[in-house]
Amino acid sequence: MSVLVDINHRLGGFAIDARFESAGRLTALFGASGSGKTTLIDMIAGLIRPDKGRIEVDGRVLVDTGAGIFVPKHKRRIGMVFQDARLFPHLSVAGNLRYGRWFTPPAERYADIDAVVDLLGIGPLMNRRPAKLSGGEKQRVAIGRALLASPRLLLMDEPLASLDEARKAEILPYVERLRDETKIPIVYVSHSVAEVARLASDVVMLAQGNVIASGPTGAVMQRLDLLPAEERGEGGAVLDTKVLHHDETFGMTVLGSAAGELRVPRLAMKTGTPVRIRIRARDVMIATEKPRGLSALNILPGTITTMSPGEGPAVEVGIDCNGATVLARITEQSRQALKLHLGGKVFAVIKTVSFDRANTGAGLPAEADG
Amino acid sequence: MNWLLDLTPDEWNAVRLSIKVATVAMLASLPPGILIALLLARGQFWGKTLLNGLVHLPLILPPVVTGYLLLLTFGRRGPAGAFLAEHFGIVFSFRWTGAALACGVMGFPLMVRAIRLSIEAVDRKMEAAAGTLGANSLWVFATITLPLILPGLIAGAILAFAKAMGEFGATITFVSNIPNETQTLPSAIYTFTQVPGGDEGALRLTLISIVISMAALVASEVLARRVGRRLDIE
Repeated sequence: MSVLVDINHRLGGFAIDARFESAGRLTALFGASGSGKTTLIDMIAGLIRPDKGRIEVDGRVLVDTGAGIFVPKHKRRIGMVFQDARLFPHLSVAGNLRYGRWFTPPAERYADIDAVVDLLGIGPLMNRRPAKLSGGEKQRVAIGRALLASPRLLLMDEPLASLDEARKAEILPYVERLRDETKIPIVYVSHSVAEVARLASDVVMLAQGNVIASGPTGAVMQRLDLLPAEERGEGGAVLDTKVLHHDETFGMTVLGSAAGELRVPRLAMKTGTPVRIRIRARDVMIATEKPRGLSALNILPGTITTMSPGEGPAVEVGIDCNGATVLARITEQSRQALKLHLGGKVFAVIKTVSFDRANTGAGLPAEADG
Repeated sequence: MNWLLDLTPDEWNAVRLSIKVATVAMLASLPPGILIALLLARGQFWGKTLLNGLVHLPLILPPVVTGYLLLLTFGRRGPAGAFLAEHFGIVFSFRWTGAALACGVMGFPLMVRAIRLSIEAVDRKMEAAAGTLGANSLWVFATITLPLILPGLIAGAILAFAKAMGEFGATITFVSNIPNETQTLPSAIYTFTQVPGGDEGALRLTLISIVISMAALVASEVLARRVGRRLDIE
């Protein structure tokens, strides 16, 4: 499964010139508002016709302006979940769910209505009208409606952006299940580091209509300098870990990662479960010798591999901990006081309580093909 | 009450004819009404202003002028009238069908306005969403647009019906005032007022006409409210 987008498009004074290719299970189109990510996803869905370029999904050419190919949206079989849900107000939840299924050729219907309803927990809502649903419920129904059209690709355009934190926390696990339990590849538009770090297998980072970075989430999200200014504080290392065991005495979970063991607040997950964590750079301290008499529980030895100026007095330091990179944001003053230099041996120090629900999520299971 | 319902056969015919003419006028103008409203609401084409003006013409012209223009075009010797009579056997002049045509034309601008407004209020994002779910534009129209504009459709239809019930000038100019054929309620009332001792009949038909129009209005309100409750648009 792969998505290839290579387009040139002008929208008034705004030009988009973007090329990316992704075979990831959940590819995030990530960037500040106005970076062109929604325009790109609208082009994949067929809602906007690009001036020039080519779009392929799984080898099927959807747009090729050179050859005059433009597959209309209703023939693309690409599901779309909109930020504003867009449930049909004159149909019940069940009617909305059946809508997409109705237009799918019977031979291509792979989505099972009971399984989808079960996956999204929308069984009790079936007879309700969209107007009577909460924001989170609407979004779950919208996801179900898109899934039941048995799409080849699922596009999600900031599905959480209009929800409050509690609703976001309600939906996120469903998106994780979608990513891990269905075979449908997902392209997910977001401007939130937290969402991308938690959900994405691959990231395409956009700025001013251009792709500025793309690749596996861990690698791309290390580029703190590329993050939109308002999200930079949320930036940090993204690590894929595994539950080693639980410490019931203190209500903690011990995660195993390449960097070493990490103690985080108790997670309701079984031993062996993959867990994706984000360690915000601002939550990481650096020590030049193993600290004693310190409350922080996570102390990872490593080597400084990068140092780049951050915003204001900050320096962003990349520390290679046994192959996994942890990022720390410290002040220039501290850097000089500690005489930090590339190749220097240091310890990254992380408080257990800095891991909250927003930066721990279900990890991506290992790919079947390795 | 007996006095009110004690109608002569000719008066009964006028009532029946009026309802028939108004119903046919309303139903027949619905499809073109929706089409023109769609064109005006969504179309981007040269001559849109002209089309808009043309549709509204019956609203601003004296009804007699509209009636006379219909007579010139759809009369037996008019270009459209002769063509339709020869090829399809449809004759308008001095027939109840002509009355329906006149009433339909007079009510058309009202119907188009109501439908156009409701089409403009439709969130086109809903239609885009239906498109991504596999519906082509015809299906989108039938399953999304049409249900969403239903309240406007009902309002437009009832307006056209009410207008047809009251239409007088264009009808009498185009198809005259022939009892049992083209004599609708307003024509019948007019006839009563022209003869000595016709006051009672005129009053009877006036009251009946009020009752029918009110009933249509109430029916549309109830219908629109029921549809509106179903839609429950936030």
